[in-house]
Amino acid sequence: MKEIMQGNAAIARGAWEAGVKVAAAYPGTPSSEILKDVADNYPEIYAEWSPNEMVAVQVAAGAALAGARAMASMKHVGMNVASDALMTLAYTGIKGGLMIVVADDPNVHSSQNEQDSRNWARFGKVPMLEPGDAQECYEFTKASFDISEKFDTPVLLRTVTRIAHADSLVQTGKRVESKMPLGLDPKEAPKYVMVPAHVRPRRKAVEERMRKLEAFADKTKLNKMEINSKSVGIIASGSAYMYAKEVFPEYSFLKLGMVWPLPKKMIADFFKQVKKVMIIEELDPFFETEIKAMGYKIFHGKDIIPNMYELSPEIVEQAVKGKAYKAPKVRVKPEDLPRRPPNLCAGCSHRPLFYALKKLGAFVFGDIGCYTLAVAPPISALHTTICMGAGGGMVHGAMKAMGKDALGKMVAVLGDSTFLHSGLAPLMNAGYNKGNSTTIVLDNRITGMTGHQEHAGTGFTVRGELANQVDYAQIGKALGIKNIRYVDPYNIKETMEVVKEEMNRDEASLILCKDSPCMLLRRAKPLERFKNPLYAVNMDKCRGCKMCLEINCPAISWREGAGQTKDGQKRKGTAYINPDQCVGCEVCVQVCKFDAIEPAKK
Amino acid sequence: MKKDEKTTNIFLSGVGGQGAILASNILGEVFIRAGYDVKKAEVHGMAQRGGDVTTHFRFGKKVYSPIIKYGDVDYLLSFELLEALRYINWVKPDGKIVINTQEILPPSVSLGQMQYPKGVEDTFKKYFKNNVHVINGMGIAKDLGNLQAQNVVLVGAFSNFFPKIKEAYFIDAIKKLLAPKLHDLNIKAFEAGRKAL
Repeated sequence: MKEIMQGNAAIARGAWEAGVKVAAAYPGTPSSEILKDVADNYPEIYAEWSPNEMVAVQVAAGAALAGARAMASMKHVGMNVASDALMTLAYTGIKGGLMIVVADDPNVHSSQNEQDSRNWARFGKVPMLEPGDAQECYEFTKASFDISEKFDTPVLLRTVTRIAHADSLVQTGKRVESKMPLGLDPKEAPKYVMVPAHVRPRRKAVEERMRKLEAFADKTKLNKMEINSKSVGIIASGSAYMYAKEVFPEYSFLKLGMVWPLPKKMIADFFKQVKKVMIIEELDPFFETEIKAMGYKIFHGKDIIPNMYELSPEIVEQAVKGKAYKAPKVRVKPEDLPRRPPNLCAGCSHRPLFYALKKLGAFVFGDIGCYTLAVAPPISALHTTICMGAGGGMVHGAMKAMGKDALGKMVAVLGDSTFLHSGLAPLMNAGYNKGNSTTIVLDNRITGMTGHQEHAGTGFTVRGELANQVDYAQIGKALGIKNIRYVDPYNIKETMEVVKEEMNRDEASLILCKDSPCMLLRRAKPLERFKNPLYAVNMDKCRGCKMCLEINCPAISWREGAGQTKDGQKRKGTAYINPDQCVGCEVCVQVCKFDAIEPAKK
Repeated sequence: MKKDEKTTNIFLSGVGGQGAILASNILGEVFIRAGYDVKKAEVHGMAQRGGDVTTHFRFGKKVYSPIIKYGDVDYLLSFELLEALRYINWVKPDGKIVINTQEILPPSVSLGQMQYPKGVEDTFKKYFKNNVHVINGMGIAKDLGNLQAQNVVLVGAFSNFFPKIKEAYFIDAIKKLLAPKLHDLNIKAFEAGRKAL
């Protein structure tokens, strides 16, 4: 029977059936479910959350070198981190099949930039496959390992959010173990030690492999020609193919499943078979640039198809039809409606910490995680977000530029998982290069934003087995940080004192949030630390000053209505605490200047 | 194109935590059992943090795009009033609408900066007349003793639009997707919803 599966789950299934033995990943939307699915469903595969994408690729590459089929998965920006390994693995080749999944996020649903990862295939001179639904995620994953072993190359599998996070039917099969024997051969050092004398012959091998892959691209069933109307033909891949096929089923299609290298003969044949060729692709003009360079004239491409955000059936239809496109009737202007942006949860330990930083007037170098939400008003206490680990490096640079004037004015924040991913080197740098920056690790005991993945600091593996737990203070000490402080972020006054002291200190500091687990992390029993389960506004005392609204707690709202306090102070309305959402964190209690927020009973 | 080859588009909208994703998973299992090709797409990532959640659900003989074309929604199943209104333009002129009466305030309303939209039902009725169906899913779930079952109540109500689909498919789907201890409650919730519309 066919099963309905998410694209990511279909990749996991395909990998299992292909005989994969080792899978490593660092979480990142929209790729995170792949490794979780492997860990939950396929015990034959060793699975791990690696500290970052580079390590994940190294682990998978080592397994492949030992003869096993292996995979690493990550989001598009993770590929930037892992690219150093990829670019040279392309030279050495592999032994057991090696697939690297890279999940793009057009329209940045949950990312810090928009990248078209097809460019990595061209840049790195490795083949790339791009599935268009879950069935293809499954099939192309299996094909990746065959191609990898046949051509002695890492293979990239590219998805986008609408493929990775879309569910559709998959016809599954059985696991077939790889026949390749496991083991290492020291005599193969010239192939795997990339010193210049070895690189040069491998460099040539890469080009020869690319020629062979080009010939393969013309033969493989991964690329399909669908000839219907001969007037217009569309070249597309993945999600863009699905959208174009949806709105123009009558046209002919060249659907590219292998997006690098391109099938030159097939493209030539397609141009012969149809009168006009359109190229419909999401993000960069990747096919377009290549196909134009082959000397073809296209009817339409990026002159009408947007080169940013994601495509959709109506965007494709509108682009192609132009003025003939009839837009649906607008009944209500969505821009007039209140938006519903994501927010830190009620009780989240990031909320009081950022409130404290705001009160201190600090410039906050931020990072990637739930805490990035602190940029939103009314908290508005985060001022940069670039990449994993960037805050620690940037605060050091800013302080070196500004000299003593910078003291007391700035701080870097990052999460526990982010700290282990990319935060250690910047901290070491501050310790080594006589820095005076302050770095705060918002330790909530889990990788939060991507949906609770374990990491080296949680004490558990991806399969929930007990594991070593990194000691952040010891790391700081070993990296040369003399001032290591703990704060309880729920105590705003104390947190402000410690942060102020460290920001003013002319030495590098590390501040660790303690006993502040994610509100959604049940095993850490996050609610147990709170004295009372619930607080309520005392209507006799509330003056309607709105101070408590400044913390942007989802449990607190404003109720309009003129009135007065018991002692006769006039007010325009009052604050209200929703008892279904309040968890008793007492942050609003500390913010209220009139002691109007008091313990209540559930 | 023959009528039975046409793809049907269902758009689910709600707020993180309301269980819209489970509802769409149930629909997935149901329409596969009925022999259709099915595709559904949702954006994950930040929904757990109170953001809006939407699912594009499509079934038919052969479905290509995982997302519905703007303006092509046959059925809008909304878990929350504001989240229904946000997608009103997506519905075809003859589309059918099920609106749950729950209101969840977004931050700008909580902070007193914006008004929660008034008269959502009337706005829908102005454009879609008798094709608008309003249901108090929370009330029904409360009567059953578990607010969490609201999503399955709504699936029950929604199932009335597909008289050819066997009720047993829905029950099978609920049993497949939920832990055994939750079966009774959710089957009751499904049936209560089915009767409510």
